[in-house]
Amino acid sequence: MNQVAEECIALIAKQKSITPEQIHLDSTFDELALDSLDRVSLAFDIEEKYDIEIPEEKLGQIKTVDDMVTGIEEAVRRKSATPTTNA
Amino acid sequence: MTRVVITGAGCITPIGQDVGNFAESLFAGRSGIREMVDRPQDLHFTRTATVEDFQQQEWLTANQRQIAERSSAFAIAAARQAVQQSGIVAAYPGDSIAVIFGCSVGGRSTEDQEAEKFHKRGARIHPLTVPRVMASSGTSLVSMEHGITGPAFTITTACASGTHAIGLAFQMVRTGAVKAALTGAHEAPLTHVFLKAWDGLHVVSPTSCRPFAADRDGMTLAEGAAVFAIETLESAEARGAEILAEIVGFGMSSDAHHITQPAPAGPAAAMQRALDDAHIAPDEVGYINAHGTGTEANDRVEAEAIHRIFGERARTLPISSTKGLHGHAIGASGAMELLATVLAIRGNFLPANAGLGEADSVVDPALDLDHVLLQNEPGSPKVALSSSFAFGGLNAVLAVRRFDG
Repeated sequence: MNQVAEECIALIAKQKSITPEQIHLDSTFDELALDSLDRVSLAFDIEEKYDIEIPEEKLGQIKTVDDMVTGIEEAVRRKSATPTTNA
Repeated sequence: MTRVVITGAGCITPIGQDVGNFAESLFAGRSGIREMVDRPQDLHFTRTATVEDFQQQEWLTANQRQIAERSSAFAIAAARQAVQQSGIVAAYPGDSIAVIFGCSVGGRSTEDQEAEKFHKRGARIHPLTVPRVMASSGTSLVSMEHGITGPAFTITTACASGTHAIGLAFQMVRTGAVKAALTGAHEAPLTHVFLKAWDGLHVVSPTSCRPFAADRDGMTLAEGAAVFAIETLESAEARGAEILAEIVGFGMSSDAHHITQPAPAGPAAAMQRALDDAHIAPDEVGYINAHGTGTEANDRVEAEAIHRIFGERARTLPISSTKGLHGHAIGASGAMELLATVLAIRGNFLPANAGLGEADSVVDPALDLDHVLLQNEPGSPKVALSSSFAFGGLNAVLAVRRFDG
């Protein structure tokens, strides 16, 4: 399990007051009882932590922990690929 | 007329995080007013009364922690104590219980934190900001925890919020609109921005709150919550609940005068209406827990209002403000003070007006109140008043009676 996955699981564990061992990459958000508020709150915490923005349409497609990890990695890649301009 | 009684109480305050500890501090005259550890620069005051070491993690479930900021967390903790003591949630159907709380400023800490992030770095606002800052968040979270589906709402009338909320709940139980209610108030206003805002009003004491003192120089800001479970006497007795006190009257009025300056006619009218509502004569009142903020204007105007209602007896009537102990928790003050009043009439003692009787501080002779309690006194008043007079001239007074069976 990579670092992003571990951090993602730690955030969910903290939010739901469960142990990280209860969370697996293929755990669905429904299985983890993450309701809509939990999900937007989790997404916000992740975006803050990685300084990224996960597009709205992508957020709606995230159903499992693994989807979330993939979404974060894609957003991080997009961010590092974005050219910076020197004013 | 249906009689309404208090059968449970809970609190999270600067002088105790349950009723037992609150009572102990009240009896011992132990103040919760302290030097601030973390304060904004250039304030003209250095002291507040905070709830130290509040164990939010222990009181709140994971789901509640996501939404509840400090003010709502206080409400949840105080309400749970009142529910446990009274047993009202198990005794009545959820749709026959009301939750009516007072809260003046809502989730101030969340609002200030998110505003700072936004203004300083253009950061996005946390998606749960709205439910966290709603003044009614505490009411909702408490109703959800206990499955209460009757009327639930939050009253915001600045420093009278708690007294208005309890008064409305009292009226709803008395008229039969609901069988029982959880009612009280909660507040957590002590953010840097809010402290600076109060500093600008020049009504906060640069020393310490000394209500009714000749050298009084302002209020001391505070935070906390107090919640009561109330129901009819008939059903409380039928189920064998312990009765802490009876609420017998409630009076309200508006000064229609000024947004910050008080005037005596409004407070006097609220006291008179509370007495009329309770069908009691002024002579029957044995103690007043005054609004007594310690500001020059409030205490002068409140004294004048007391004189208007009680006439000659104002000079001998035992009066104290307990704000010198628990501070002024804005919307939550009235609920904390009702708790102090209930404990006084149950405990056969009248609590001292803390801050007075120390050093050179004496009762302001211009107030013409000769029985401001310089120390605890034994006493067993049958009826007592608890008054709250808010900025903007919104006044509320509760009358409570000792329950002797």
